[in-house]
Amino acid sequence: MTSLPDRTEKKLGLVIDLDTCVGCHACVVACKGWNTQGYGAPLADLDAYGAEPEGTFLNRVHAYETVPDDGPAAVVHFPKSCLHCDDAPCVTVCPTGASYKRGEDGIVLVNETDCIGCGLCAWACPYGAREMDGKEKVMKKCTLCVDRIYNENLPEEDREPACVRTCPAGARHFGDLADPDSDVSRLVAARDGMDLMPEQGTKPVNQYLPPRPKADRVPSPPPDDGPVDVLAPFLEPVADAPQGFLGWLDRALGAGGR
Amino acid sequence: MHPAPSIIVFTAISGLGFGLLAWLGVGVPDVTGWSAFAFFFIAYALAAGGLMASAFHLGHPERAFKAFSQWRSSWLSREAVLSVATLLAFGPYALALWLFETRLGLLGAVGSLLALATVFSTSMIYASLRAVPRWNHWLVPTLFLLYAISGGALLSGEIYAAALLFLVLAGAQLLYWRTGDKLFHAAGSTAETATGLGFMGKVRQLEPPHTGPNYLLKEMVFVVGRRRAERLRLIALLSGAILPALVLSIVPAGHLAAAVAVLLHVIGLLAARWLFFAEAEHVVGLYYGRR
Repeated sequence: MTSLPDRTEKKLGLVIDLDTCVGCHACVVACKGWNTQGYGAPLADLDAYGAEPEGTFLNRVHAYETVPDDGPAAVVHFPKSCLHCDDAPCVTVCPTGASYKRGEDGIVLVNETDCIGCGLCAWACPYGAREMDGKEKVMKKCTLCVDRIYNENLPEEDREPACVRTCPAGARHFGDLADPDSDVSRLVAARDGMDLMPEQGTKPVNQYLPPRPKADRVPSPPPDDGPVDVLAPFLEPVADAPQGFLGWLDRALGAGGR
Repeated sequence: MHPAPSIIVFTAISGLGFGLLAWLGVGVPDVTGWSAFAFFFIAYALAAGGLMASAFHLGHPERAFKAFSQWRSSWLSREAVLSVATLLAFGPYALALWLFETRLGLLGAVGSLLALATVFSTSMIYASLRAVPRWNHWLVPTLFLLYAISGGALLSGEIYAAALLFLVLAGAQLLYWRTGDKLFHAAGSTAETATGLGFMGKVRQLEPPHTGPNYLLKEMVFVVGRRRAERLRLIALLSGAILPALVLSIVPAGHLAAAVAVLLHVIGLLAARWLFFAEAEHVVGLYYGRR
């Protein structure tokens, strides 16, 4: 059923630390690696060795530059995948019931055998979290690695999404955001976690931790009010222009060049 | 949004068909026998032909029947249910007019309401999407209904009603363009809200996630040149509404005048529908430094 659950018992989701992410794309590779061989249809690549290669990805890392009115610009690496919204517009538009949000843990999933590939859910998502697979023609999206997190065949430390498990910077965290005492909830509270596009009214579960202010830790250089080095006066150029024979040569050559 | 020909043709052609059915259901024109057969043949060809065109953009058309199941929540599903209900309701009504020269008035009225409800639900598929601010407005269903009713009036031979409705349509279309141009800004989504980084300054894309194209960019980020849009708006307005209204009110009534008016209207309608998709900007473009 494509109606949303009134409430979900858990709100499993990701917390992504924009302060820590180094933009290495390891999460993109791990995500594609796991999800192309597990749950549902593989994630196709089209024209992989041709002029315009493209493929289906459930997670993509953007890079932005922020330019303040004064002070230096900053670069922010920005991973983006499904935010498993509480008020997921992609779910309610689905005409077949293929898209659904689970009542028990809040994960938004696609039942691929019911998907007719109309693409309306991708239109409804403001974040670009859903991509139609170029080969299978069904909608693909982040499953929060639903086939890992409950998988008792995996060692316990591997029971988290592939992107979180692989992140070498520790910029991705997984947990229950409905539980105020969970590690992720405390992280969000401590670091002022934020919603993306709150004006769209989607109430995303995934939270983003803003980059910490850099200006506080790197003070600007002191104002330049004279030489700092006692030797500096002795090291200044002795004369602005050459004199004597060199001066004559310089003038002669300079005049010729003019 | 990418202006896919199958969706443009579907919404335009099926809208005309359901518009004609809406008029036929209330006995306009009051035809029976073979004349009724001809009218219903045209209406069914347009409405059902449009529905089939819509199936071409599905990834899995063989599962299309599943789209009838979610009418409680999905406007696309409601459209599927209502369109089939409309075509079924008009079946006995059309047969009675054609073979028995009898008008089943109540069934016809119900069919007309269903036909308009179908067009309304088609428009709501788009109007309900917050992620596309230009569509997220009550003028979208108004406009879709006006196109269906005015085009239906033209096809049913209601010359004066059609001419009058075309003028109303022209006004509504102009109002929608004027309003629509401001909706993206009014929705308040910017690169700053999309990334949450506005507190650090102006946000600019430094590097896209991949060097190649992707589904999102192909499907939802389409940029129309300003001059091209202006030219198409002029064509849509003149050919879709003003010229047909003029032809209907000046040229003596007849099949030729009607054919010219229909041709003009369809050209304008297709131009307007192309613009409806091509000019609609999806907020996901903000993540890619584009609107």
